[in-house]
Amino acid sequence: MENMTQVENRHPSETLEINFGPQHPSTHGVFRMQMLLDGEKICSLKPVLGYLHRNHEQIAENITYAASMAYTDRLDYLNAMTNNFAYAIAVEKLAGIEVPERAEYIRVIMAELARLVNHITVIGFLLNDMGAFFTPLLYAFREREKILDIFEEVSGSRMMCNYFRFGGVKRDLTTENLTAIMQIVRRFPAFLEEFEALLTKNEILCMRCQNVGILPANLAVNSSITGPVLRASGVNYDIRKVDGYSIYKRFDFRIPLGEKGDVYDRYFVRILEMRESLKILYQALNKIPQGEFLNKKTLPFLKMPRNFKPAVGEAYGRIESPKGELGFYLVSDGTPQPWRYHVRAPSLINLTVLEDICIGQKVADAIIILGSIDIVLGETDR
Amino acid sequence: MTSFIEEIRKELSERLPNIKLRLVRASILIENPKDLTQVVFYLKENPRFLLDYLSSITAVDYLDYLESVYHLYSMEKKQGPVVLRVRVSKTDTTIPSLIPIYHGAELQEREAYDTFGIIYEGHPNLKRLFMWDGFEGYPLRKDYEQEDSEILETADIEWLESKGIGITNEVKEKAKQMKMENKRAAAQKPEKPRN
Amino acid sequence: MTNFPSKRKSSGIKQWDHVYTSSVQNAPSHHWLKIFGAGALKGMVVTLKNFVTSYFRKPDQGGIFTVQYPEERYPEIENYRNLPFLVYDGSPDKVRCVACGICERECPPKCIYITMETDVAGKPVRKPAVFDIDYAVCMNCGICEEVCPFDSIFMDHVFEIASPRRIDTGMIRHQEDLLKSSEYLQKIRPKTATMIDEKKRAAEEKKKAVVKPPQGPTV
Repeated sequence: MENMTQVENRHPSETLEINFGPQHPSTHGVFRMQMLLDGEKICSLKPVLGYLHRNHEQIAENITYAASMAYTDRLDYLNAMTNNFAYAIAVEKLAGIEVPERAEYIRVIMAELARLVNHITVIGFLLNDMGAFFTPLLYAFREREKILDIFEEVSGSRMMCNYFRFGGVKRDLTTENLTAIMQIVRRFPAFLEEFEALLTKNEILCMRCQNVGILPANLAVNSSITGPVLRASGVNYDIRKVDGYSIYKRFDFRIPLGEKGDVYDRYFVRILEMRESLKILYQALNKIPQGEFLNKKTLPFLKMPRNFKPAVGEAYGRIESPKGELGFYLVSDGTPQPWRYHVRAPSLINLTVLEDICIGQKVADAIIILGSIDIVLGETDR
Repeated sequence: MTSFIEEIRKELSERLPNIKLRLVRASILIENPKDLTQVVFYLKENPRFLLDYLSSITAVDYLDYLESVYHLYSMEKKQGPVVLRVRVSKTDTTIPSLIPIYHGAELQEREAYDTFGIIYEGHPNLKRLFMWDGFEGYPLRKDYEQEDSEILETADIEWLESKGIGITNEVKEKAKQMKMENKRAAAQKPEKPRN
Repeated sequence: MTNFPSKRKSSGIKQWDHVYTSSVQNAPSHHWLKIFGAGALKGMVVTLKNFVTSYFRKPDQGGIFTVQYPEERYPEIENYRNLPFLVYDGSPDKVRCVACGICERECPPKCIYITMETDVAGKPVRKPAVFDIDYAVCMNCGICEEVCPFDSIFMDHVFEIASPRRIDTGMIRHQEDLLKSSEYLQKIRPKTATMIDEKKRAAEEKKKAVVKPPQGPTV
């Protein structure tokens, strides 16, 4: 017995550094994480960005305000209408342009349709990362196709819409368009019931998502997190209710809040937000008035964008995009080109907290946490 | 909104009398960059304002000086934006970092450092965010010259030779001459733009 | 469940404006669902139902919605914008474009290159001599169509333009490749074309009304 060598309880091991590399199907784009692993547990995680940096901010300093509306589609390429909306609000604040009633209703309808598109896509891709190989994703994409058809009829392109103009929208909505949108809104709850029957009480999903990646509320507020990630941690802050930009004050909708702040809460908050968006759409489609779709004073600027010279000053316009707070900071010096153009991208700032909630979890959980924080590389790197 | 800013300014000038402030275009300009942390900490902890959400940190280049702009909101009281500014010259660009107060300042300060060259003291990991680590120059400044990728510099030639790609001698001579004159490979701008 | 607001007048924004996820999750459910594994089984019932009904449901209600591409085509939508083209009235000499250069100036990625034609004396003629668009750079924004004051450049519906080379015969389109007749415009964008024709007709009528010879006094 004494000759037997003592076997140590734990083999002496080293930590392993891996690159959760830029080429990976689950990183939602070209995103790299440098992880230090001890077995399967994560010791530290550093995100490395810049693989999709296209210098959007410097391009905008050399072209006119109207031309960079076409570039803002490419920031968060999954929901282009939202980026257009935020930029239009920022420029209208800078130049003091008013928007007619019908145009406001059209803008809200497009923004809420974009919110539906974004949330189903996120949930679909989250389940793809978890291993439900494409089934929920393609059910989600079936509904997304109908909404993208609406975008194509209205603006000309499925994803890069370039639809909003300063003081309104580019083209009016006809009655056929409104009937088509109403049909989508009426059929969507049935799809959501089917989606929830597939997912919400599924034991595999519950076991993988509950109590994983818990984000405490005070850390979330201190790290400037916004959007569904913040609301899943229990903080009641939605810019549609706080600022009341555009005409959101007229609509009756609730804000879903989570209690624990884990991945399951973030998924469920998005499902509930979709239901609230349907309510807003239903109300907007019933109340939309007749009228102009563009402020007549900005019509000459559509034909000659060089003449649009806002007064010297600055403006910060922000909206509640489906990913968080999307803001545009513009400084104008009286010339047709802006002096400084900055995008406050929610995907970049929501990544501040990725390391704090991934430490101690396993690698497979890190993928799910990244999927639930919902980043898009076009916005993160600009 | 202007009255809210003036309220804040009045309170700050009463409680922190040593700090010089000025109102610029509905925002508060802090004259000495070193006072920034004190002002921000006061605004965050004061129960009347409770500005606990840092929305964005931006940097602007105004040809004589660089400016760092902060937008603060309150999530508890749902109060509107408070805009703070700090100015530094182009030669001495240090501003105290807001990381001890707001954790969300981490990635945004790295971006301002990468694109403008403002150095935030106290930041634990001030590396470049979008550009690669060896990049020289600060792209979003107004005096940044676009690089011409056809003209090689000595650093490029060393990298290429380490990969086994041969370079002709005249290109090497030109690069050495440029390095002696301390010139960068700047792109030629057309004298008159086409339109 | 989504409760759409009913037809009676709502009493304004409710005081409590948020809903907690736990209140929805803990809604009462059937007791057989509390067996472990019942949630996954319910999900499998959903996929089985989709599989069986996809054979006889219509595409927009859960049936098969893919289109066998080269043989079947999805119906074209009028407002679809892809790449620009120039319009001529009648014969390819009568180009509507006058080479003013506004679309070249406003194009965000600067993919248009225009030179005005000059006649033998050196005076500029209002026609483009060179009109090049780089299809590889064009980002389909449609701004050139919006700013053109002469209704001469429009967004086409073509998307099958893949070619093996980028520069010659490939992505840089010259004036001959870009010119298409106004009947083609009428075919792909009937509403826009009729609107432009009516505008032109109204402008001509107005001109004729102005140029009427002065009438002498009636006897």
